Amino acid sequence: MEKISKLHGAGGISTAKLIDEVFIGAYSNSFLEGLSDSAVVPGAERIAVTTDSFVVRPLFFPGGDIGRLAVCGTVNDLLMNGAKPEYITAGYILEEGLDIADLKRIAGSMAKTAEEAGVKIVTGDTKVIEPVDARQPGLIINTSGIGFVDDGTDISPSRIEEGDTVILSGNLGDHHAAILGSRMSIKNHIASDNAPLTEMVTGLMDNGIDIHAMRDVTRGGLATILNELAVASGKHISIEETAIPVSGEVAEFSRLLGLDPLNMGNEGKCVIILPQEESEKALNIIRNSKYGRNACRIGVVYEDATGVTLKTRIGGEKIVSSLYGEGLPRIC
Amino acid sequence: MELSKAIEYLKNYNGRQLRLMEVCGTHTAAIRNSGLPSIISERIHLVSGPGCPVCVTVTGYIDKLISLSKDSRNVIVTFGDLMRVPGSEMDLSRAKSEGADIRFVYSPLDMIRMAEEDRDHVYIFAAVGFETTTPVYAALISEAEKSGTGNIRLLTALKTMPEAIIKSAEGIDGFLAPGHVAVITGTKPYEELAGKLELPFVVSGFKEEGLAAAIYALVKMAQSGERRCLNLYPQAVREEGSVLAGAAIAKYFESGDAVWRGIGLIPGSGMYLKEEFQRLDAGSRGIDGNTETPGCMCAKVITGRIRPDECHLFGKTCTVDHPVGACMVSQEGACFVASSVSPGSLREKSVSCSGSKIH
Repeated sequence: MEKISKLHGAGGISTAKLIDEVFIGAYSNSFLEGLSDSAVVPGAERIAVTTDSFVVRPLFFPGGDIGRLAVCGTVNDLLMNGAKPEYITAGYILEEGLDIADLKRIAGSMAKTAEEAGVKIVTGDTKVIEPVDARQPGLIINTSGIGFVDDGTDISPSRIEEGDTVILSGNLGDHHAAILGSRMSIKNHIASDNAPLTEMVTGLMDNGIDIHAMRDVTRGGLATILNELAVASGKHISIEETAIPVSGEVAEFSRLLGLDPLNMGNEGKCVIILPQEESEKALNIIRNSKYGRNACRIGVVYEDATGVTLKTRIGGEKIVSSLYGEGLPRIC
Repeated sequence: MELSKAIEYLKNYNGRQLRLMEVCGTHTAAIRNSGLPSIISERIHLVSGPGCPVCVTVTGYIDKLISLSKDSRNVIVTFGDLMRVPGSEMDLSRAKSEGADIRFVYSPLDMIRMAEEDRDHVYIFAAVGFETTTPVYAALISEAEKSGTGNIRLLTALKTMPEAIIKSAEGIDGFLAPGHVAVITGTKPYEELAGKLELPFVVSGFKEEGLAAAIYALVKMAQSGERRCLNLYPQAVREEGSVLAGAAIAKYFESGDAVWRGIGLIPGSGMYLKEEFQRLDAGSRGIDGNTETPGCMCAKVITGRIRPDECHLFGKTCTVDHPVGACMVSQEGACFVASSVSPGSLREKSVSCSGSKIH
């Protein structure tokens, strides 16, 4: 099988051949033609810009791969500010020894996900480095994204108000559990939720829903994201344990490992805070979108304190803290 | 009895002040997660005991791991939460950043593959734990013997529960016996302890319903003066325990003295590799040094003599970000768990003020 070598990163014929074979075919669009040093694209008055790097191992996991993840992560970050994602970049840092067939799969998956998410990959870069672990050569992807923001769109924690409803767009913990399960070679049916939330979020915006704040629930999990929103807004977010959707299999898996779904990472979920009177309409739109079927109202905003609390199954109340360090399995 | 009735009883309890100790760190975390402390009467004090394995590990053990890690022929393999336990000079994460090869795994068995693929290094597992974890180390040794990897060692800090409970019993009115440990040992040791200490014991699971039922039963038994062990976790815990796990432990390990952080030497409370398996040991016997940071009151916290927030360092110089004592490191340590509840617990907040920061 053909592998990545130093030559592929030397900038000569091998580099050109790799770009041509792997990337141009996958990402063909008018902005990439000519392969100039930068892409020149039409713009807008207000643009959102973001960048993100993806280092996940394994490269392929149940439900996705590093390429799909890169597009979803970048697109979702744009969407959370109410931007309509338009363009993304693809910077590949390849480790020597990587199978070119794997690279093609990843580039293809990235292209497919970009199409689903409604963005164009307009420029890219390739470098080759020594592998960190020669037995498992991998790659790192950096993506930057540009989205257009309509005049009048204002989504920010400072708009969170007392009485607002907190909506979670679906089940917690799937991505984290899928990656851990795959690293630990545990056989189950848990698949990553990595997904672009374009349909869901543009659906809300197009229907004039007045979203006060919105965040994608990635690293650190819901607990950390809600704490950040609470601190940024100076409000008290109260959520209900019984309202938080977690699949049976993920609940079981996390209990076995001593992990809490509230602290587990997701790659296709968001939390939306909006006026209570808009919540019914918003829930309908979210539930009718491809990745929002299990969306739920999970909590309410109060003004009496700053922080996050959870009403437990048996009627108790506890403070929800941000995740500290990694979510580690217990040893006892 | 229905859950709601048990909770109602615990909420309105107006009898004498009771101090109930949950021995196991997983119970400490599960109780907090259930929200029970916010419901039950203030006359019922739930106190954390010595059952967090990381918390009772002496600094001498961490120092020994660090000195082993400084030999470039060694790779130290550990569970994640041991990384930040302070030794007398540094913790493992500091040693790692200074170049030592220290890796953390989710299962000790992962180490076998590492050792097989890299015969040039000796792989040393930091084998910390109680009766619950010891069978896993027995499985590791068994697998290592089968695979013929000669480059696997264990640095053990294995402890057994019953004696430490006796050391923590002062001022306690009843014990929530450790559920996971009891799966392995059975209920017998706790029946004996109940007789010896003349106190009630309840073996409990970890779900909210089970915990509420167990605390309810303990309160009732403490009031009526019952001195026995009640098993409310029969789906997992049998009187005789797990015969299989017991046999696996007995094959590789034998009992010996152990030093506990905060308690000191307890004769017969440790487990060590037997003579015929000494070739797998990285020098576990005789580790006893313990240097506490001045002011650290982990010792009193571990034995339930003070609450975490009664330690002068708690929340000030000792925080989750910068732990001074081991109880603040483990996610099942009493101080780690308490640091997100108090100061300014919900109960206090609802009485006192609006606009207070709870985080």
